[in-house]
Amino acid sequence: MESEFTPPIGKISQITGKCISLIGNDIDTDRIIPARFLKCVNFDSLGKSVFADDRKTLNGSHPFDLKENQDSSILIVNSNFGCGSSREHAPQALIRWGIRAIIGESFAEIFYSNCIAIGIPCFTLSKKSIQNIQKHNINKSLFLEIDLKNSTAKSKDININLEIKESTKKMFLSGEWDATATLLENSSLVERKFKELPYVRFI
Amino acid sequence: MSQDTLFDKVWDLHKVSRLPGGSDQIFIGLHLIHEVTSPQAFGALKDKKLKVKFPDRTVATVDHIVPTDNQSRPFKDNLAEQMIETLEKNCLEHKIRFFNIGSGNQGIVHVVAPELGLTQPGMTIACGDSHTSTHGAFGSIAFGIGTSQVRDVLATQTLAMNKLKVRQIWCENKLSNGVYAKDLVLHIINKLGVKAGVGFAYEFAGPAINALSMEERMTICNMSIEGGARCGYINPDEETFSYIKNKLYAPNNEHWEKAVTWWKSLKSNEDSIYDDVIKIDASKIEPTVTWGITPGQSIGINQQIPLLDELSPNDKLVAEEAYEYMSFKPGQSIKDIPVEVCFIGSCTNGRISDLRIAAKVLKDKKVSKNVKAFVVPGSEKVANKAKQEGLDQIFKDSGFQWREPGCSMCLAMNSDKLVGNQVSASSSNRNFKGRQGSPTGRTLLMSPAMVAAAAINGKVSDVREFIS
Repeated sequence: MESEFTPPIGKISQITGKCISLIGNDIDTDRIIPARFLKCVNFDSLGKSVFADDRKTLNGSHPFDLKENQDSSILIVNSNFGCGSSREHAPQALIRWGIRAIIGESFAEIFYSNCIAIGIPCFTLSKKSIQNIQKHNINKSLFLEIDLKNSTAKSKDININLEIKESTKKMFLSGEWDATATLLENSSLVERKFKELPYVRFI
Repeated sequence: MSQDTLFDKVWDLHKVSRLPGGSDQIFIGLHLIHEVTSPQAFGALKDKKLKVKFPDRTVATVDHIVPTDNQSRPFKDNLAEQMIETLEKNCLEHKIRFFNIGSGNQGIVHVVAPELGLTQPGMTIACGDSHTSTHGAFGSIAFGIGTSQVRDVLATQTLAMNKLKVRQIWCENKLSNGVYAKDLVLHIINKLGVKAGVGFAYEFAGPAINALSMEERMTICNMSIEGGARCGYINPDEETFSYIKNKLYAPNNEHWEKAVTWWKSLKSNEDSIYDDVIKIDASKIEPTVTWGITPGQSIGINQQIPLLDELSPNDKLVAEEAYEYMSFKPGQSIKDIPVEVCFIGSCTNGRISDLRIAAKVLKDKKVSKNVKAFVVPGSEKVANKAKQEGLDQIFKDSGFQWREPGCSMCLAMNSDKLVGNQVSASSSNRNFKGRQGSPTGRTLLMSPAMVAAAAINGKVSDVREFIS
């Protein structure tokens, strides 16, 4: 899978794929990618180490190891997913494993903004809806077609209204999630702002 | 929506523009970088053929991967050596100030910037590390970012962000003897929960906060993120100004009065509006210890690990996971649980005042023979000051190992790790599964004084029995 990795580029309006459910609240970024894998100067080899310790403990029965979950691209999680460390290595490991969108009850703030910055839309749903999807997904595989513009996810027998912040949605639809170019456009405003700040003259 | 709080004032001052998507473009006054989250950002600059826009506004040090036993170069760990070399190269190439090992100013990034006077009220501060919230103790708006955002700050000195709501956490009365800032912040996180702060900046205020030293205030703001708040701050006061005065990068004499006048104007107004206000009675807090796998799972030293029925439905799932991982029983006392490793250090509690308090507990005492104990000063400055005061000798005489500065076993990116399912008493900030380097290691978070007490007794103990 890693050799095939191509990062998302430009406008993102649709994500289609198989769901993988991961049950648990407060799953932190140390669990998504343990610190020893952060000893690297690029993100290239992170995909295979995603959830390394949890997977080792479960000895083959972790959702990311189950045969039926291979090639999944939509991750279904519970509450406060991605809490803790700001390491972008966490969403970088997920995207390199194959995850292109996440649907959850709630997300930790830095993890959420890191996901935006690398092109992984995160959607929220009520606890009950997530549990229903996870229950359904455990018994049989679930393919979803996510339409960002209408904030919907559809399958043969499911039709879900997803929640996503309006500003975040706009960023994906316009391609602005890759923020550098947009920020660079205001270069002269940035220089003016710099000169206005009292503390730059204090030294 | 909040109005006239320090957060509102500092945000508005740094707002460059409203972006088409609806978020704000915010100028970053101080950008701190280290070896773990910056190499890919510099790589991206190279790919995009971009330069660092304001090299003077970025400052670097090395902390996460440094060994704390032998720091001679090249490091024994090739990957660690590669990371420090990459940072050295990037700083040189882009003309970024770098406080390297041996400079006298190296250390944990959140210890170093305040002690150099780089951290000042009214700034926006970003760093590729979630504990950047620490700098909010000075009345700055400081938050952790990921590597792509590090790239954006390097390239543009700005970030695209949505404005946060503001929750005031009003701490009444005062902490009692033997109860420290760490206990207060663990208590706050327990009461509010680990995700209550998502979407909020936390303003810590009230008599109990005003009575804290700057280093204690840093402990509080440092752990805002453990309560879900990316940013936590305290309004600046005389304590803040006197801490900054005469530091290396503090406003110089000519500008000092002007700076102080400006800093005073940043405080939240008396009649400012908050999105939420919470009250905490600091006098009721006991020395606090975590028993589980999130920083919110804590209890007072004389309490028992909660029964499942005592917890809210939302907390039950993680509690069950915690009982199993920690091998603790619901209803069991936290006091007297045996500990095998004791760690004093980290950006939460690795400053000189933390070392002084722990040394006071350890003086003329011995570490239990069943315990491996070590202290890792937060910076070279902290280490040097501790040596001047003879604290290193007190630690060594008690049986603690005295190490070189770095992040060390807070996150175990160097060789300081738990082994198997060892239990550690730790002055750090996270008790996540596997956090301290062993996939089955168990971490009990507490104040440095409580770690010292645990080291002496070889089990979780009430430090008040040592200092009465």
